[in-house]
Amino acid sequence: MRTPSLRALSISTVVAFCVSLSLVFFYAPIEAEEGFLQKIFYLHVPLAIVALCGFVIGGLFAIAHLRTGDQRWDLRSYVAIHMSLIFGVGVLLTGSIWARASWGHWWVWDEPTLVSFLIVFLLYATYQPLRFAIEDPERQGRYASVFAITAGAFVPLNFIAVRLSASYVHPRVLGATSNLPSSMALTFLVSLAAMALLFATLCSYELAAKRTRILLKVRSRTLGFR
Amino acid sequence: MADLEVHAEAPTGVAVESGPAVELDALRRNYGERAALAGVSLTLAGGRTLVVFGPNGAGKTTLLRVLATLLRPHAGRVRVLGEELPRDAWRTRGRIALLGHEPLLYRELSARENLRYHAQLHGVTPERVEERLRAVAMIERADEPVRTLSRGMVQRVAVARATLHDPELLLLDEPYANLDPAAIELVEPLIGVDSGRTRVLTSHDPLRGLAEADVVLGLRGGRVALLGGADSIDPDDVAGLYR
Amino acid sequence: MSPTAHAPVGEHGLQEPHARTGPTSHVPVGTAKVVRALVRKELLVELRTLESVPGMALFAVTTFVVFHFALNQNTVSGQEAAGILWVTLLFAAMLGVNRLFVADADQGGFDGFLLAPVDRTALLFAKALALLCYLLVLELVAVPAFGLLLLGPPLGQALPGLLAPLALGDLGVAAIGTLVAALAVRTRARDLLGPLLALPLLVPIVIGCARASAPLLASAHPGGPALRWIATLALYDLVFGLIAYAVFDFLLED
Repeated sequence: MRTPSLRALSISTVVAFCVSLSLVFFYAPIEAEEGFLQKIFYLHVPLAIVALCGFVIGGLFAIAHLRTGDQRWDLRSYVAIHMSLIFGVGVLLTGSIWARASWGHWWVWDEPTLVSFLIVFLLYATYQPLRFAIEDPERQGRYASVFAITAGAFVPLNFIAVRLSASYVHPRVLGATSNLPSSMALTFLVSLAAMALLFATLCSYELAAKRTRILLKVRSRTLGFR
Repeated sequence: MADLEVHAEAPTGVAVESGPAVELDALRRNYGERAALAGVSLTLAGGRTLVVFGPNGAGKTTLLRVLATLLRPHAGRVRVLGEELPRDAWRTRGRIALLGHEPLLYRELSARENLRYHAQLHGVTPERVEERLRAVAMIERADEPVRTLSRGMVQRVAVARATLHDPELLLLDEPYANLDPAAIELVEPLIGVDSGRTRVLTSHDPLRGLAEADVVLGLRGGRVALLGGADSIDPDDVAGLYR
Repeated sequence: MSPTAHAPVGEHGLQEPHARTGPTSHVPVGTAKVVRALVRKELLVELRTLESVPGMALFAVTTFVVFHFALNQNTVSGQEAAGILWVTLLFAAMLGVNRLFVADADQGGFDGFLLAPVDRTALLFAKALALLCYLLVLELVAVPAFGLLLLGPPLGQALPGLLAPLALGDLGVAAIGTLVAALAVRTRARDLLGPLLALPLLVPIVIGCARASAPLLASAHPGGPALRWIATLALYDLVFGLIAYAVFDFLLED
């Protein structure tokens, strides 16, 4: 397998996380209103951004799969969506903790990003049941790609729709980085980079594992026929 | 495996297309990691009949569905009526017919309504629908829902559906199942040897199948186990496929 | 295509493939005609079996009754009314979506269509049109029932304004419902996957329709539908209509 690049990815992920965590705990200021728990923002928002990008990337891989018929794109699409779903659980958990810290409730409807993420999550949670409900492997890949494209297009539209419907009772902390003081912005960007690297590393590991399993199956099949 | 081309003398009065009706070159169709069809090659001239033998799961139905353009080949070349599949599949669709295990009829609609629907999809006139109903002797019960018809009658309506658009190539999956001798006699001129069309049919009956065939294909596990002109194949060879 | 007087086609074998006239011609059929044929067949089967529409309508009316007891209220108005109306219509629509391709999947309708020399997106148009028809009939029953059973303010004055959200909502459900139905029907858990896939995708439609209708159903000062919601609905319908058009073929081919 391509161990050198996997190793490089893993190392850079660990390094990035070390840097980002030290920034979060030692460099970024404690936010006046929300206190220490606000620092979960540096975990929650990067998780969310990476997960959403992962969903959309899964949709792009799916387009490549349908256009070329190459099963490898389907594998990449599956891994991207699968990983984003796992990150999504993290998003919802950290989002809930943050809501508790900021507004005193374990869930709030006022944060439109969190709400639209919930809807997206519920949609993608059907991805694996859909795949496993189709027996024909080729059709499974094709239908999964159709789903991934539809859902990928849905992600931005859903955000727009929910944001339009949100009530602006609570001020939204998730503004652009330009609204944040530079210390917080830097910490945020480093955390985002670390999260993106983590996503890439985990996806590469899962892809490598799946490819190995497929290779093993093909080899044993050929040997079996001899 | 040997490529066998059969260019026997066409019966008089039949116009034969230039070029073979069916050309397969190392056709492969997978189902996951398994090969439903592995490396099937053959040529079938126009107006001839190919009979496919083989146990269940050998790939007979898969082969028919590939020829019908319902399944895309995963490797190899397929040419049907001179058109390359899957690229030019749309050009063959109006010229081929599939008569499979399912009649492809809506049970709640009558025979006439079903045939009219298929006629509209194929650009065929309503008069032709009536003519087909007469040809399969289903005019009397043409307005009753298909679910009230016996299996044999349904099969007859299915034959009418399959020949509605006057196809050049017939793909028949055990067409005589569910038909009594009278019905078989009725549909013979439509889908049998005397119809003059190119035919590919599956059969489990070695004697009957060999009698109809010009070319014989025996499949086992997706692979070609038997291929040759009908006169060169022994019924025992065919029976051997099933052991 | 008129029958011609020359030798009977097909009785004596092959002829030049593309030069025929007569009762059969082997020329691909135009998409509009195909859509017409498909819709006619759909409505005919539905009229015979009455599988979808009566169930949808009955479900909606029963749900209104359930809401009365669940909310313990005699009337609702404003946003609450809009919410109840749209959720009920949505879930009733799911029943129709579930059944949309079942007859084709079970009775070989896909094969029959795929063997024809026609453009395959005609099936998408036809099924979406049929679903649209079912939704219209559903609303013809459900909306008056809602006005009768649960709605506080009179329905008559709200109705003209409701037409836009109803129409746009129907278009969205038709497009997404058809796509999801085609996706779900050839899987093992088709009845479950259909709604699970459709409901998140339809949330923006619910948002748009419910928010657009809320001022219309207000008891105090009923106003008109906010244009921003109409615009959102129209945009969403357009985007998903295009997506459904782009990917539908991939669901049919094998």
